[in-house]
Amino acid sequence: MDALVNKRIKRVMKGDQDAFAEIVELYQHQLFQICYRMLGNRHEAEDIAQEAFTRAYVNIHTFDQSRKFSTWLYRIATNLCIDRIRKKKPDFHLDAEVRGTEGLNMYSKIANDEELPEEELMRMEVQERVQYEISRLPDKYRAAIVLKYLEELPLAEISEILDLPLGTVKTRIHRGREALRKQLSNL
Amino acid sequence: MMNACPEKVIRMMDDYLDGEISPSEEKELKDYVQSCSDCRKIYQELTKTIAFVQSASHVQAPPGFVQKTMASLPKEPQRAGIKRFMRHHPLFIAAALFVLLMSAAMMSSFSDDQQFSFTKQPNLVVEGETVVVPAGETVVGNLTIRNGDLRVDGELEGNVTIVNGQYMASSGVINGEVEEIDQAFEWLWYTIKGTFRDAVSFFGGNDQSIDK
Ligand SMILES: [Zn+2]
Repeated sequence: MDALVNKRIKRVMKGDQDAFAEIVELYQHQLFQICYRMLGNRHEAEDIAQEAFTRAYVNIHTFDQSRKFSTWLYRIATNLCIDRIRKKKPDFHLDAEVRGTEGLNMYSKIANDEELPEEELMRMEVQERVQYEISRLPDKYRAAIVLKYLEELPLAEISEILDLPLGTVKTRIHRGREALRKQLSNL
Repeated sequence: MMNACPEKVIRMMDDYLDGEISPSEEKELKDYVQSCSDCRKIYQELTKTIAFVQSASHVQAPPGFVQKTMASLPKEPQRAGIKRFMRHHPLFIAAALFVLLMSAAMMSSFSDDQQFSFTKQPNLVVEGETVVVPAGETVVGNLTIRNGDLRVDGELEGNVTIVNGQYMASSGVINGEVEEIDQAFEWLWYTIKGTFRDAVSFFGGNDQSIDK
């Protein structure tokens, strides 16, 4: 797999765009999944996943081929997601003040610190509820949980993706897990 | 509730769930969980939580994602502009090099200039001898780095010149040209190009858009 990817990367570096299309083809679903689980919104996930591929393409000559391409790609994507989450927060409150909640559907109301009423939670499907609780986690725990439990990546790789020491990654997974346990205890 | 249970149990649970527990501690943990209902409750909730999270179905990128992404790409990846120039102007390079090698003054100024330095711009972070544009930050302005590397995880609006250094694996965007001048040869070339530009602007009056 890595050898195949590296061959394509060499072709991209020489200016072959079709080779990059094959890379997008290969990683599109995993990358979209990470973005979707981080952001909780398909439209934004598509946007960010696309931006992540663009950045990988533009920076391709900085990629160190002795490393794993997916690690680098996921790092670009998680950085973009965390950035988006942080930029979104104040916007949301501003919007809410100006326009009220009129016209906003349930999903756009979801911000990390907002809690839906109990009866609303009870009506949710399990899958929907899990996604909602993940999107309420602080962004740093969210990234670690998504990479560990949805992408099922080894801790060493998560530490490379998030550019954090292994110990910090573990702590974030533990705290994220504990927060989810409390949030999901009534399920 | 949780406070009543020894801290060690929580630590062992975390190790167990990370798949990093020794067989002897695993047995110890199982004994605790059987003997204390609070520990058992936490343990069961944690395993249930993980099962729920992992049961989340895998989502797929929307149809047409590859085509849309490809359509939005810029025409070619960023490259060091100087390398392209050198490919296209080999004779000019040879001539310039000849002149330069005659110039002892320039050789000595090369060896004088080995210290790490860079253009100070707000929001830049330095890690050792690497200048970093951090994720989520935007730096506006041109940037020259000598004897150090650059990593861009955020955005940089401006042109970059790296003398004796590298543009490292980056996840950000540079809206501008990147020039890497790694070897003495290229450094000499860059200097003569600068000298040449100065000469042109000296004789050519004020219409010198290539300068900046
Ligand atoms: Zn206990």
